[in-house]
Amino acid sequence: MLLEIVCDPIDLRSIESAVLAPGCGGIVSFCGTVRERADDGRAVEGLRYEAHEAMARASFREIADEVRATMPEVRLAIVHRIGALNVGEIAVAVVAAAPHRAEAFAAARFAIDALKERSPIWKQERYCDGERLWLENRCGEEPR
Amino acid sequence: MPVVRLVAFARLRELLGEPRAIALPEGAKVGDLWETLVREEPRVTALARGLRFARNEALCDAETPLREGDEISLLPPFGGG
Repeated sequence: MLLEIVCDPIDLRSIESAVLAPGCGGIVSFCGTVRERADDGRAVEGLRYEAHEAMARASFREIADEVRATMPEVRLAIVHRIGALNVGEIAVAVVAAAPHRAEAFAAARFAIDALKERSPIWKQERYCDGERLWLENRCGEEPR
Repeated sequence: MPVVRLVAFARLRELLGEPRAIALPEGAKVGDLWETLVREEPRVTALARGLRFARNEALCDAETPLREGDEISLLPPFGGG
């Protein structure tokens, strides 16, 4: 299991290579990326993420343990980047490989939803007009 | 007088500064630390909603007693992903 907080750009291919194994028949990769428009339509210059790194890694391990308990054949990676990110860059990658697609999709969906709810990571949106705002995840609602 | 290390994140870090040591009266709890910070920087009051605390990297509550050398983290609502 690859479970990391990183400062450098995320290389999705290398994560997929680390997760994929001969017993896997499918791999699902979810990437959260920096969008150019905020929910209110304002132009976004970039995002800044920070984390309680030790607690965030522990939360990733907990999520991976839960995946392993219910779907033991899934191979999972969770990698979240912190620091300043530009529009279009990958902020988080969740990659799940499994013998069959149903488990790969289910594990990836569970892991990203759980991360947004439980991992101590914070996101600041930086707008082109100079304003900056710390955003909260909306937990318990249908993901958008 | 237990001395603890205070670590705040996101908007709370901007208001309270980078990690630092802070001394509290004997018998103080996590909630007393928060009250001390509210007196020091009243603007944090608006950030109490959804705030969680951690003591030495484990979630705790306001009633948790402080011990010498503890690291107390202030965790605003999360925004990762």
